[in-house]
Amino acid sequence: MLSPGSGNTVIKSKLISRRMFLITAAKAVVMVGLVGRLISLQINQATKYKSLSDKNRFREWKLAPERGAIKDFFNTEIASNEPLYQVHLVPENTKDLDNLFVRLKAILNITDNRVSFLKRKIRKQKPWEPVIVSENLSWSDFSRLNLFLHELQGVEPIVSVARTYPDNSSAHILGYVSQISAKDLQTKEYLKELSVPGMAVGKTGLERKLDEQIIGKVGYQRYEVNAFGKRIREIKIDSGQAGKSFKTTLDYEVQKYTAELLQDKAAAVCVMDVYNGDIVSLVSSPTFEPNQFVHGLDKKYWNSLIKNEKKPLANKALSGLYPPGSTIKTLVALSALENKIVRPLDTFRCKGKIELYGEKFHCWEKEGHGIVNLRKGIQRSCDVYFYEIARKLGVDRLSETAKRFGLGKKVLNDFIEERSGVVPNTKWKKKFIGQNWYLGETLHSGIGQGYFQSTPLQLCLMTAQIANGGFEINPRIIFDEKNDNLRKYLKHKNENPNEPLPTDLLVSNFNLKPLFKNQEHINLIKDAMFSSSNEPGGTSYRHRFEDPKFTFAGKTGSSQIKKFTEEQREAEVKQESLPYKDRDHALFVAFAPYKNPQYAISVLVEHGGSGGKAAAPIAKQVIKKVLERHELRRSANNLIGESV
Amino acid sequence: MLQQRSIQSSQSLRDKILSFDYVLIFSILVLGIISMFAMYSTDGGEFKYHTNSHILRFFVFFGMFFVISLIQIRFWHEASYLIYFTFFLLLLGVKYFGLTSSGSQRWLNLYFMNLQPSELMKIGLILFLAKYYHRISIENINSFRHLVLPITALIGPVILVATQPDLGTSILIASGGIVVAWLAGVRPKFFIYSGVAMIALLPIAISFLKPYQKSRILTFLNPERDPLGAGYQIIQSKIAIGSGGLFGKGFLNGSQSYLDYLPEKHTDFIFTLFSEEFGFFGSLFILLLYALIISRIIRIGNMTRSNFGKLYCYSFGTAFFIYVVVNMMMVLGLLPIVGSPLPIMSYGGSSMLAIMFGLGIVMSCKIYKDVPVN
Repeated sequence: MLSPGSGNTVIKSKLISRRMFLITAAKAVVMVGLVGRLISLQINQATKYKSLSDKNRFREWKLAPERGAIKDFFNTEIASNEPLYQVHLVPENTKDLDNLFVRLKAILNITDNRVSFLKRKIRKQKPWEPVIVSENLSWSDFSRLNLFLHELQGVEPIVSVARTYPDNSSAHILGYVSQISAKDLQTKEYLKELSVPGMAVGKTGLERKLDEQIIGKVGYQRYEVNAFGKRIREIKIDSGQAGKSFKTTLDYEVQKYTAELLQDKAAAVCVMDVYNGDIVSLVSSPTFEPNQFVHGLDKKYWNSLIKNEKKPLANKALSGLYPPGSTIKTLVALSALENKIVRPLDTFRCKGKIELYGEKFHCWEKEGHGIVNLRKGIQRSCDVYFYEIARKLGVDRLSETAKRFGLGKKVLNDFIEERSGVVPNTKWKKKFIGQNWYLGETLHSGIGQGYFQSTPLQLCLMTAQIANGGFEINPRIIFDEKNDNLRKYLKHKNENPNEPLPTDLLVSNFNLKPLFKNQEHINLIKDAMFSSSNEPGGTSYRHRFEDPKFTFAGKTGSSQIKKFTEEQREAEVKQESLPYKDRDHALFVAFAPYKNPQYAISVLVEHGGSGGKAAAPIAKQVIKKVLERHELRRSANNLIGESV
Repeated sequence: MLQQRSIQSSQSLRDKILSFDYVLIFSILVLGIISMFAMYSTDGGEFKYHTNSHILRFFVFFGMFFVISLIQIRFWHEASYLIYFTFFLLLLGVKYFGLTSSGSQRWLNLYFMNLQPSELMKIGLILFLAKYYHRISIENINSFRHLVLPITALIGPVILVATQPDLGTSILIASGGIVVAWLAGVRPKFFIYSGVAMIALLPIAISFLKPYQKSRILTFLNPERDPLGAGYQIIQSKIAIGSGGLFGKGFLNGSQSYLDYLPEKHTDFIFTLFSEEFGFFGSLFILLLYALIISRIIRIGNMTRSNFGKLYCYSFGTAFFIYVVVNMMMVLGLLPIVGSPLPIMSYGGSSMLAIMFGLGIVMSCKIYKDVPVN
């Protein structure tokens, strides 16, 4: 039975079994290890790996929302959106890329440079990632492309929206939009969730002020993507929300008209409703093309803006600081009356100059104005008269009145470019210049020179508050802001034109905030301004309107850039013969119509020379335009329930 | 002798069929069916090339398994050396006529299939050494003279496969051979000495490694070293398995796999796919199924009277275990990615052929358990 060596076999068999036992034990250990690893990955760390898996799986593409429109008072869009026609190309969908580019070049006239740039780009990226062949196509090019689309495989016509402005007339007040910069992302909290590549944000003006509300809510598309980044299917789409639209108080027709008048000048014009503070027009010149900023700015164009000495990018109406010059004389006179420094018929003799504190102070009229009272002082803008009353008034009382009428502080809210200017007084000088006030400086302040700095918008507000009888108004440019101003008062005034109420009743009945102590003083100033514009010898007499419908009362001003030397004064050097940069800024403020004031205007022409010559004619034309549109504006006001 | 012959001849076909290990057969079948579903999932829920060809191969080779089972164990013992040499020749054939794919020359084109002889050699070497150690007497096992042949038989194919290059398979071939030698009773100190020698030779071996192989090992040590390159496979596999959680994402819902984050999902990473879709419990089930198959193989080894049968069953069972464990450790991030298929589950004809061939011989040991081989 037993074969030879069967004992050997049994021993061997036992050895094998023994060694197998060791292996089995080792196997058990390894198995436990494997199960342990599974527990660790699939139970202990499951949450971590699930989120990693989702991170792999989903990718989101943000969609830029449509920006809200900005409309003028008559609902004309002055900042709107236009369809943007683009051509994208998905390389993986084309068979012959070279051939396709040849065809595209024939249809769209793209440059060879662009083609080689695109080819390089295609080589670098994944075949299903689109490249933008053409960023902003005209409609005719776009429709031609659509005609040939069937033979252009891989080409995708894309329609999106972009900001557009009908013209340049309101460029400064509207501002412009441009691509989000790294700095925008750092400084603007609301952009944190809005960073969509290629989205435009407001950089200046209303576009910036309203940016947070006008920009809208970002939408997104969530896609499931595969390991190569290719979109497999859309999981969710949220198209976002278009931004809120805003209506402004601006009149686009006036804006256009004014911008045309100012063309090529370095100038600014503000027009304001004297009762409700609505800014009807706000134009700065020279202007720029805001549309150029929307799709990446051309370097040449940017350089031409930067190098232009007339500073087209600055909003001169809001951020240009100019000495108010003689336009301040209205307030100097008012302050002197209010503080009982002078009576209307008190006179001074103007001999063309006056010597005080060892210094000579000149009147702009070398020969002098002779006997001057308050009315004549304003009518002729006699400097000597104002030296005299400023000396008696003192700078501190003057600054109080000036501040009350809106100088030295910002008129509107949230315009980063707006500046507040300076209304000097003794404390101010001590604080900011660190010196005591010199009496001579009071005299300079009395004619709006020296430390005085104001914006055209502030001067417009000042004039408006004189024109409405001396009541405070809060200017506005956005229509839907709650701002009652003098609406009720105006309504009463219009309904009862022939039975004026006493001032104190007016104030208490209509919740008015008077800026005067005695309204008679305001009327004296208004009368003096009337004479300045409408009586012979007045500084803007040449530019008056005979028609009472348009008659305005104004005050000229020239703010000196450079002090005249004695020689120049002797030689009677004309402004026109000075170098451009040395000429005075021309200013003019006015309100109209005189009998029943509706609008105030301020005009500034940088280096324009005298206010009467350079600024008043512009004011005259703008006033006419605004008054011609007054009925239209009034009926629109009635329609929207803001009955005045 | 006569009696033994009569035992053998007395077995009718019916007896033979009755003496099959049905637990083993059932386990293989269940695993095969699971693998078909997994393959169906890799094809994105459609019957595409991989699924169809996997199903076909499974059933063809499963049928072959029965044929092999019914052949006398004595025949397999007799044929062992011949089988080894045949496979060795095929390996040599690969070296000269093999097909190259992704930088590695592993396949022979047999027109109806591409054969990977290195997979067959896993079984061939075990057969060869089982027969060798069955035949020599216990005294000679540790004699130096008798170590020369097994070492040569082991090193030859290992070098051929490693230079294809296919590091993973060559290691698996070697491990099978080492297991036979260990079971046969080669002294532990011999293994220790060889181990020390291996470590000493490691720097030289590393210098022979291809750059991608070096990078795989470095990446294993720190997968985040190159998360988009070589570490990608390990990271994505761990994400897939981990995100499966307790119950998995559901059949056909493995996002890692159908979005192509998972590499080699048909072959080496089939367990990852399954684990992502069926979670911890699914994985545990697969693990238990493999444990059952292996324990049945070892049980057959226990029942077999011949030492050839014992050596073969124990070694094959252990090698099978190593294949499973190496693959799982690899996809679980416990071992470098060396490229080793998961038996039965992974797509691949040669691997399926080799495993079914090996299992067939195990079953033959069961049917002819009382038949001496010499």
